[in-house]
Amino acid sequence: MTTTATSEVISLRDITKAFPGVIANDHVSLDIVSGQVHCLLGENGAGKSTLISILAGMQQPDSGTVAFDGKVVDITSPKVAVDYGIGVVHQHSTLVPAFTVLENLMLGESSMLQNTKRAEQRLGELADLLGVEIDPHALASDLGLGQQQQVEIAKAMWKGSRLLVLDEPTSMLTPQAIEHLGESIARVKAQGLAVVLITHKLREAYAMGDCVTILRGGRNVGHIGVEQLAAYSEAEAQDAILAAMFGDDLAAVGDEASDLAGAAEATREVRAIDFDDRPVRLELRDVSSRGLGRDIEADGVTLTVHEGEILGIAGIDGHGQGALSEVVAGQRPVASGTVFFDGEDITKSGVRSRQQLGVRYVTDDRLHEGTVGSMSVALNLVIKRIGQRPFWKSGRIQPKAVDTEADRLIQEYGIRTPSPETRAGTLSGGNIQKILLARELTNGAKLVVVNKPTYGLDLKTVHLVREILIDFAARGGSVLLLSTDLDELIELSHRIEVISRGSLVGGVVNDGVGTAEKVGHYMTGAIEGTD
Amino acid sequence: MNETSTAQRFAQGFVRSVVPVLLALIVSGLIMLAIGSSPLEFFAGVWKYGITGTNWQRSLSLMAPLLIVAIGLIVAFRGQLWNLGYNGQYLLGAVTASGLGPILFDVLPAFLATIVIFVVAVLVGAVWSLIPAILKARYGTNEIITSLVMSFIAVGVVNLLIKGIFKDPAVSTPQTPVIGDDYLLPFIPGTEIHIGFVVAIALAIVAQYVLSRTSFGLRVDIFGASPKAARHVGLNSTWMVILLFALSSGLIALAGSVDILGQFAYQRADWDPRYGDAVMPLVFLARFRPVAAIPFVAFYAVLATGGTLASQQAGLNVDFLLVIVGLILLFMTITEYLGNRRQLGQSYLPAGLRRTVLQPFRKESERTSA
Repeated sequence: MTTTATSEVISLRDITKAFPGVIANDHVSLDIVSGQVHCLLGENGAGKSTLISILAGMQQPDSGTVAFDGKVVDITSPKVAVDYGIGVVHQHSTLVPAFTVLENLMLGESSMLQNTKRAEQRLGELADLLGVEIDPHALASDLGLGQQQQVEIAKAMWKGSRLLVLDEPTSMLTPQAIEHLGESIARVKAQGLAVVLITHKLREAYAMGDCVTILRGGRNVGHIGVEQLAAYSEAEAQDAILAAMFGDDLAAVGDEASDLAGAAEATREVRAIDFDDRPVRLELRDVSSRGLGRDIEADGVTLTVHEGEILGIAGIDGHGQGALSEVVAGQRPVASGTVFFDGEDITKSGVRSRQQLGVRYVTDDRLHEGTVGSMSVALNLVIKRIGQRPFWKSGRIQPKAVDTEADRLIQEYGIRTPSPETRAGTLSGGNIQKILLARELTNGAKLVVVNKPTYGLDLKTVHLVREILIDFAARGGSVLLLSTDLDELIELSHRIEVISRGSLVGGVVNDGVGTAEKVGHYMTGAIEGTD
Repeated sequence: MNETSTAQRFAQGFVRSVVPVLLALIVSGLIMLAIGSSPLEFFAGVWKYGITGTNWQRSLSLMAPLLIVAIGLIVAFRGQLWNLGYNGQYLLGAVTASGLGPILFDVLPAFLATIVIFVVAVLVGAVWSLIPAILKARYGTNEIITSLVMSFIAVGVVNLLIKGIFKDPAVSTPQTPVIGDDYLLPFIPGTEIHIGFVVAIALAIVAQYVLSRTSFGLRVDIFGASPKAARHVGLNSTWMVILLFALSSGLIALAGSVDILGQFAYQRADWDPRYGDAVMPLVFLARFRPVAAIPFVAFYAVLATGGTLASQQAGLNVDFLLVIVGLILLFMTITEYLGNRRQLGQSYLPAGLRRTVLQPFRKESERTSA
């Protein structure tokens, strides 16, 4: 598959990059060979992103070198990186939504006049290469996520790449779209480009990669070469990768390790419940929302959540999950339809009265919506009870009562913070998520809406967050779980509904194998049906 | 919160607030040298005419409107609402006093008439702010622009009033009738400082308490930190925008009426002291804390009172005072940048403004990663 005679090696040597308080890359060395897919594995915070931003010229290493076939180069800026033919597809879309595909692709052009004809030609070449069809005049905002990603790849390869870096490309895609992506990657590889694929899912690394490098705590802790990986069976490869990924933590995480690392197909981990014995806690009848912004609104949603049930909502990011969760939390007005909670019509009540009834919401925007970063951990823990006793008496804050409550919750949820007075924004994502969970699940919570609860967290916290939700349901709490991570939904949910463009397009009872395919089927069906 | 961190934070805040002022004074001194005036003579003049003798009383009198304007700005800025319509709001309050005063003092007891004037001034200011506030709350329009435009309109309206129905028929220049000394705000016994000063200090203390110790203050801070978080905790953003704008604008209008009833006794057309322009950087220096604004406002009051005469004596234009204010702003930005690099505490510039202002100073690599 590789023609060793002409293949070029991009070698990173002893790359070290430190940020205040953390060494993101600690003497990382690796070789990227053209015509190969090099998988970079590691959990959040392992240093993958720093390494690629060094390759992309966005960061400069403190020490260490990058060389093409032994010739040391200095990638001082993203422009230099592009000139060297290094293209990066970032995890989150960098397309300008209001521009057409072609305009987005031409953003990097340096000439004074737009040469549209040449650009269209180039897009045609790239579309052929990737094996996709892209309408050059479609608005970026009208594209599905899979298509957006194809455009991003085309953008990264616009100037004739030698290296294509894909940062967690599968995290937002349906199983079917992941297959398409795999085909495109294979074609790019066949063209003799080097591909770096960053992922935290083991099975993707095995399926798509030619060789694997594992990062942990900023260090290169394991490399499986081309021949070795080809020789391994899938199980052997998994064991080798898991051992490197978790190191000493492997024993502590135990059986969870392979689940967390996405080694195998996910299976349900909550106890089955009998829906007939369980009273309905939340019911939405034909609910449509009406917000001020431009995001997709909930459109005619009908659903029920029983006591003790976890109802999963699957869907591609940005398909109305935000609107749906805000409608339930009371943050977004209902345009039509009715919301019942414990049989009571709460359509008209606001956030605070629902909060007191026991309706809680863990938002996906932990930093800007869920917490106020400039305020203390203690205040953030009671922020939803402003003005209420015992924390406020006739409008005045009672610091003692606040501190007592904060200490209790910090203890109970194991929030790691130097003190309750520390500003919440300085904590890690995992600890901020614990603040949200502690605040929402305390003081009479009956139903909690969680939107992407483990997004961007390290594996141990992911595990913990899932345990907390399972526990909450086991004690009779109801959970409305919105997630883009299919594995997570399958592990936690009793039933899964699929959301697409604000509407529920199908439901699956999660009771055995094949749930992922069924859900994926609804997701693509809905998308292709409307395209 | 332990003692050292409190003390440290206080020290850092002090350094970041006072250093820009000192640097501005030094550089303005150099500019004076460059244009052939004597900085020593100027600063001596500021001291002489701003503090010595009974001049300190004139400075404190000037503090009254300045401080109330500052509190008004702080209330809005804490909620990240950039009310820049202060000049118009101030003049509306002023014209309420100078226009209604001569009429009301004839029919009501002075005490009652004063209260009525203050209340009406606050209401006029609050109502005037409704348009930018509602536009902001409902449609997300940029309040900087709408409040500025409303300010221009207010200035025009005020001039029309003074040239029209409030004009004193007895004199030819367009101005309101002069309110008799008996009806003006009383002096603090033994001084010539009107009690507007006391009102201003009291307002600062009350505002400080409300903003830092009550649930309302916390709500304002949450709203200012992130409107999304405010919605998340169940605050009514529409109401919050309207309330903060009304409070801010009402206070600034109050400052205008206090100034007329305490100091000027009448109002001329086209008169506009533009207090807000000078006060705004001071409010940032005080990091939106009403009590912390007191010393900065006092400093400026002395500079303005003494500076008017001192600049003439030193052969400078009175507008030189604004050069000093401008330099304070400039050095504030630079100090902020340096402080940020050393990771000293919180910043007092809004994140967006800071990014824009600092962008040209960044190194290439930092810029691209930001």
